[in-house]
Amino acid sequence: MVTLDAKIPEGPIAEKWDNHKFSVKLVNPANKRRFEVIVVGTGLAGASAAASLAELGYQVKVFTFHDSPRRAHSIAAQGGINAAKNYRNDGDSVYRLFYDTVKGGDYRSREANVHRLAQVSVDIIDQCAAQGVPFAREYGGLLANRSFGGAQVSRTFYARGQTGQQLLLGAYQALAGQIAAGKVTLYNQSDVLDVVVKDGEAKGIVVRDMLTGQVEAHSAHAVVLATGGYGNVYYLSTNAMASNVTAAWRAHRRGALFANPCYSQIHPTCIPASDEFQSKLTLMSESLRNDGRIWVPRDRDELRSPGQIPDEERYYYLEEKYPSFGNLVPRDVASRNSKTVVDEGRGVGPLKNGVYLDFAAAIARDGEQVVRERYGNLFDMYERITGENPYQVPMRIYPAIHYTMGGLWVDYNLMTTIPGLYALGECNFSDHGANRLGASALMQGLADGYFVLPYTIGDYLAPKLGEKPVPTDDPVFQQAIKEVDDRTRQWTSKTGGTHSVEYYHRELGKIVWEYCGMARNETGLEKALSEIPALREEFRKNVKVLGSPDGVNTTLEKVNRVDDFMEFAELKARDALHRNESCGGHFREESQTPEGEALRDDENFAYVGAWEWNGPDTPQTLHKEDLHFENVKLTQRSYK
Amino acid sequence: MSKMLNLKLKIWRQAGPNDAGSFLDVDAKEIPEDASFLEMLDIVNERLIADDIEPVAFGHDCREGICGSCGVMINGQAHGPEKATATCQLHMRKFNDGDKIVVEPWQAASFPILKDLMVDRRAFDRIVEAGGFISVPTGTAPDANEIPIPKEVADTAMDAAACIGCGACVAACPNSAAQLFTSAKLAHLNVLPQGQPERYRRTEAMVETMESFFGSCTNHGECHEACPKEIPLDFIAMMNRDYVKSKIKNRSLASQR
Repeated sequence: MVTLDAKIPEGPIAEKWDNHKFSVKLVNPANKRRFEVIVVGTGLAGASAAASLAELGYQVKVFTFHDSPRRAHSIAAQGGINAAKNYRNDGDSVYRLFYDTVKGGDYRSREANVHRLAQVSVDIIDQCAAQGVPFAREYGGLLANRSFGGAQVSRTFYARGQTGQQLLLGAYQALAGQIAAGKVTLYNQSDVLDVVVKDGEAKGIVVRDMLTGQVEAHSAHAVVLATGGYGNVYYLSTNAMASNVTAAWRAHRRGALFANPCYSQIHPTCIPASDEFQSKLTLMSESLRNDGRIWVPRDRDELRSPGQIPDEERYYYLEEKYPSFGNLVPRDVASRNSKTVVDEGRGVGPLKNGVYLDFAAAIARDGEQVVRERYGNLFDMYERITGENPYQVPMRIYPAIHYTMGGLWVDYNLMTTIPGLYALGECNFSDHGANRLGASALMQGLADGYFVLPYTIGDYLAPKLGEKPVPTDDPVFQQAIKEVDDRTRQWTSKTGGTHSVEYYHRELGKIVWEYCGMARNETGLEKALSEIPALREEFRKNVKVLGSPDGVNTTLEKVNRVDDFMEFAELKARDALHRNESCGGHFREESQTPEGEALRDDENFAYVGAWEWNGPDTPQTLHKEDLHFENVKLTQRSYK
Repeated sequence: MSKMLNLKLKIWRQAGPNDAGSFLDVDAKEIPEDASFLEMLDIVNERLIADDIEPVAFGHDCREGICGSCGVMINGQAHGPEKATATCQLHMRKFNDGDKIVVEPWQAASFPILKDLMVDRRAFDRIVEAGGFISVPTGTAPDANEIPIPKEVADTAMDAAACIGCGACVAACPNSAAQLFTSAKLAHLNVLPQGQPERYRRTEAMVETMESFFGSCTNHGECHEACPKEIPLDFIAMMNRDYVKSKIKNRSLASQR
């Protein structure tokens, strides 16, 4: 029987982390080299954790499926990273960042974790600046800031529109230094396909070498997963093509509880899909909503080009419905309203699947040059993708899946329910509740890797001094290797498949988007729960995988991932069905205010829903971690 | 609906690093002009699978021009005809109906072909490991605003740091030289105050590691032309100057530095 003990330290909120750092067990500097740690993933969380652990003296093995650690998807984050530096003298503080993040998460995150995140945010900026991250600066040479949605202070640090790239390069370079020093061993093009558990503790992983197809095991004293989110369960998302849930899902199947899988964030300003062949969606920075006006034609059968439609025949739906916030309502509100107008048949573009984001007013007011200076690179990117010039015709945008707040359940130490197995960054659930604020993902990934795990992992390792890692010829490892090898080889050994992996992934995405996307209801979710297992069965029977398992086989890599998404999708729908309230990224149509806004149910749902694996084709068991709000006052959000 | 193109493709196929390769001729009909180049390859692959032919392997991930995973030679040009554009951001509307398109992997001795259009670019990581970092263990940093950096300097560092490590510079170079990549990494760190203590050690180590893998620069400038991030050639000049200095400054007698 699993019990969820979050291990939140005693004391007032502002002292919990300091108290905890003092009370955790330490491994003395000379003994750290006697411990081996496996880190899976080299995004912000994984690279920063691996580098920091190695600097402390631990022996680290780091695994990535990319050819270079620098290609992890953190690289694509655009906007910025929050920190409570209060450099702008505008009233920011650790407490305010904490408060904004809990509120922005619609009161479904753990207060103690979020406060710690806000505390270490200031250290992250120092660390990154010292590494040479070229943050934007003022003419006086000091760091520049900008403001972001959900905050009334200016606390976001940025490096042009490539903040994720620059922070990841900083972490990657720190990692490269440790690789060169021999403290970290890098395993690239290595696909982690299982977590090995012995006597209830994580002891290693099973890996497929993507160049040779060889399946092998690695053991260590602890295993750290930093493997990102599950957005690609929707097929179309802003995630990179290879982003997947596999390592987290395999950990779940080995006993780690999976928390809040129904929470996923939808970003309102992405370029709409243009056809069936569309492989992914591209995000346009949210900052565009500062100057762009969002509208659709009032007439469903409108055929004129946008410039010919007079103002009174345009429906500026956000400005009309939310006069005080207008086009700057939070992500979830903007997204849902776009869906509403498109579902009503007012969508624009050849497939009627977008809404206009119009800069004509800004260009008339400030001049094209000013708009070009602010958004030039985004306008260029838009034109490259769509072939349309947004200085002349309005952009077309539509919401897309962008980030996932749910993930492996972790305690305050970032340890999952499997002792010795940690989860960092987007692949855990802990800090963003039901909705993540802009510029907070980078903050969390680096907080976990640079400043949290290096302290908390010692508490688990210290009592194990003198223990050797389980050798990989142990039967538990050999069994796990065989299972992975058999599972992988089955795909290429069967004949008579009818459809490609891509086909099934797309079909799965359609179901999940339709019934577990921007708005959910009981009937739809029940439907998803019957359609997903049926699709999974058909997929396993009929998927066609060509080529050999011994060597590079990109389809084979993907089929394992889609297979895991097929199981994960069902859990996601089940979680969404059980959570009969609307909160953050989870909008249940049954739970809304008379005006059609999201309505939380704190009485019944102020908890983390963490699911326990019970075996294939058996529904998971729900465990609840009640959330206690001692510092933040729960209110219903209103943006009218 | 998109306008459709009918294309004649010649795609390089090679089973592994030591196998002989050859071109596969593909009659790519009905390719939507709104597809990206990689989506065009996706469509071709889906059709190959339907015909029981193994799909063409190519590197790709973010498809937003930032991860640096993709990159092929398109009619002999690294990343194809559009300037400042990685392969994933190149769209088929840049081509005409009836075009013949030759698709090949990067060709450089230090980038061995793994399969079809995928190459092994790990030599780039070795160059970074040689010194492409500032040694600042986690937790040791001073307050971020303690070191003011002139905006122009920060902007120059950012121009250099924009490199995505795709390898187009090497692929475009007649000598397969990696000067643009290496100099961009060096310039990013060497212009910043934080990068000064290790500047000359870094420069010597990275340049010499680069030379152990790649060819020599003879100032063709093709690298800059192919670069999807338009990294300027000036950084190569900066690297060369710093390298010469490093040979003096790195001498063991500290008083001569």
